[in-house]
Amino acid sequence: MSVALDLAPATEAEVAEILADCHARRTPLRIAGGGTRVENRAPGETLTLSRLSGVVTYSPGEMTLIARPGTPLPEIERMLAAEGQALAFEPPDMRGVLGGNGTPTLGGMVAANASGPRRLLAGACRDHLLGVRFVDGRGRVLKNGGRVMKNVTGLDLSKLLAGSHGTLAVLTEVVLKTLPLLPARTTLAFPGTDEATALRIFTAALSTPFEVSGAVHVEGTAYLRIEGLEGQLAYRRDRLLALLADHRPEVLDDAPWQAIRDVAHFAGGGPLWRILCKPTDAPGLCNGLRALGGDCSLDWGGGLIWYRGPGNPRALSAHATLVRRAGAEGPAFPPLAPAVARLQDGLRRSFDPAGILNPGLMDA
Amino acid sequence: MSIAMPTPDAGVIARGPQIVAALRAVLPPDAVIDDPQETRAYECDALTAYRCPPLAVVLPRTTAEVAAVMKVCGDMGVPVVPRGAGTSLAGGALPTADCVILGTMRLRDVLEIDTDNRFIRVQTGVTNLSVSAELEPHGFFYAPDPSSQLACTIAGNIAMNSGGAHCLKYGVTTNNLLGATVVLTSGEVVELGGPELGPAGLDLLGVLCGSEGQLGIVTEATLRILPRPEGARPVLIGFDSPEVAGECVANIIRSGVLPVAIEYMDEPCLRAVEAFAKAGYPDCPAVLIVEVEGSKAEIDDQIARIRAIAEALNPVEFRESRNADEALAIWKGRKSAFGAMGRLGDYICLDGTVPVGQLPHTLRRIGELSRQHGLEVANVFHAGDGNMHPLILFDANKPGDLARAEAFGADILRLCVEVGGCLTGEHGVGVEKRDLMSDQYAPGDLAIQMQVKDVFDPQWLLNPAKVFPLDASATHRARAAE
Repeated sequence: MSVALDLAPATEAEVAEILADCHARRTPLRIAGGGTRVENRAPGETLTLSRLSGVVTYSPGEMTLIARPGTPLPEIERMLAAEGQALAFEPPDMRGVLGGNGTPTLGGMVAANASGPRRLLAGACRDHLLGVRFVDGRGRVLKNGGRVMKNVTGLDLSKLLAGSHGTLAVLTEVVLKTLPLLPARTTLAFPGTDEATALRIFTAALSTPFEVSGAVHVEGTAYLRIEGLEGQLAYRRDRLLALLADHRPEVLDDAPWQAIRDVAHFAGGGPLWRILCKPTDAPGLCNGLRALGGDCSLDWGGGLIWYRGPGNPRALSAHATLVRRAGAEGPAFPPLAPAVARLQDGLRRSFDPAGILNPGLMDA
Repeated sequence: MSIAMPTPDAGVIARGPQIVAALRAVLPPDAVIDDPQETRAYECDALTAYRCPPLAVVLPRTTAEVAAVMKVCGDMGVPVVPRGAGTSLAGGALPTADCVILGTMRLRDVLEIDTDNRFIRVQTGVTNLSVSAELEPHGFFYAPDPSSQLACTIAGNIAMNSGGAHCLKYGVTTNNLLGATVVLTSGEVVELGGPELGPAGLDLLGVLCGSEGQLGIVTEATLRILPRPEGARPVLIGFDSPEVAGECVANIIRSGVLPVAIEYMDEPCLRAVEAFAKAGYPDCPAVLIVEVEGSKAEIDDQIARIRAIAEALNPVEFRESRNADEALAIWKGRKSAFGAMGRLGDYICLDGTVPVGQLPHTLRRIGELSRQHGLEVANVFHAGDGNMHPLILFDANKPGDLARAEAFGADILRLCVEVGGCLTGEHGVGVEKRDLMSDQYAPGDLAIQMQVKDVFDPQWLLNPAKVFPLDASATHRARAAE
């Protein structure tokens, strides 16, 4: 068997064997799903999970999906849609932004805790992750959580693994909560607004009980999305139209939510940063960022800023992650307080004592 | 007592006076209690079958005071048992004879309400209900609503990752917790998360929430808040078999209507409730209470959909509430269920979760186990998410009855694991389910969890003898003691 095949395991046992061997030899590995989420510059050979693929169980009545990490995300989305369900956190497809040509996978989505505009209402990927099977850096096959909606049995390591970018363990099976796809949606658009106005619109709309499921500002237009059962939508739309009449809203039956989700407006060009902030800080931050050169857009009601430009936002924000380098150097992840960094390092050593899993990928 | 606790550290007990003196040196005079008359008030939580007075009790008012306590206990090697309001049904706050109880009830300040950014920041000794009360004038609420919400604190909610009747729609504590100020056993103060919707690095907050006081003491919390719904209305649906009721639950969930609550009560529970609360429930084997939210028109629309689903299954009764009084009447029996069961005798309240599709099978098996063990059981639970609360009735004055009830309970929890569920959905492991953890997790699965504790609490001083079976944790504890 060739070396290349050895690093494309098709079973959990093969993953365990590879990791145990690399642990013993202290050989680093670059862990990859579809290779569409992060620019992985970790050293070592690539361990691709694309062959560890397939749905184990999908139970629409129990709203649970169990699948292997290499399963292509588009395949999952189609299967769920056929049952009128979806992953409520609306995982974005970052291929356009990162220029990748792989296929987004379920494991990559969990490892990146990838969540789109509906995160505002429905929570992030980690909030829908019910359980995991994984192989740690020693090559031990382990599990945590389960397949039920409510589970407080022991420490919740699923949350820890979501968003850990393969630096703690290699996921071998994930259990996700699925939710009914809301059949109707409509969008209120507010063209010709700046971020400060957009923020006022968001604050007003998100203080209503109308379950706004998207609040974004892209290229001078603010958008509010509402979704629901047919009967609810007209009422909610009309109440929001009345509330925000001063901002002259337009009703769009169909707005480019998929493009917004995928940050298509910043598909090309320079370095791209993802900045988390208090929504009310967003307009000021955007002004500061634009002064460095480049453009901004807002998601999550102002809680997420996408910044494309040559400047380094770390001077303005402690919560900026470099998503697309496009020539920019320096660490991708933001610095942590010393005590938090120590805990994080300690956890990493617990899960992966030889430091073989995506070493340096999440370094600040 | 069938759950073993480790032998208290005689050295720590012998140094009791010095430990109390060291605590008094860093805290206000009224914040340290060591009079045995008074420490007895802390000898148990809501799992009253297990009791043990602590060495001392401290009641700090600030993060700095908590840090000072932790520094003293860390330096002197004294175990610390965190305690919110002591409402744990799992013995999560059960003391050991060599421990200091760290009570959070005097950490009572609301620090910041920010409706524009949709969060509230509180000290963690505030009660769950008072958080929503603070938010009410602003038109917001805090979603997790455990049934002990009048008494239980945010500290305890975070420790146990508490849920409640409405978590079907809004999630549990971990889905509504944005940030925490945490004191480690070193006395260090760490900020995890914040008002932002995500961590800068690893999701340490995610592993802290629900860690049952094993990792650190949470003194302040930033909580996500939601606008209050315009209205809510329940319906009551009676069925002549538990299976059909279970089918109705699954069909409602699949339909796309997302109720805020789906509650289930079985026949023994209904009998007790009828005798106690006279709620006027139908005389049938299974009742569902389904609550939906929204404007009047939205509620009407959702209830019409639920009615169509239910009527396809020939319910004994489909009862709507036309006004607030009728809504209260529908909830009355459910809300008095635990009190009603209490009048029948002593009971153990279990908390396993099963996949929703396994509910009918699980109910049938629980009935069989009830006959085998010769003890009555009543079921009242959150059906939408499969979180069951079987209540096992026994007589505490009858020798051997508690042990029989515990054995029955353990069988039910093993059944939950067997059908693909878990030991505890919202009450936590505590001491109660500690020794069953090995039924759910393989040794390695427990080891990796304990390695996380090693990182946060290298001396293994926090909340000893909880969560992890003693034989499984022996090597970790021994290494920590070196």
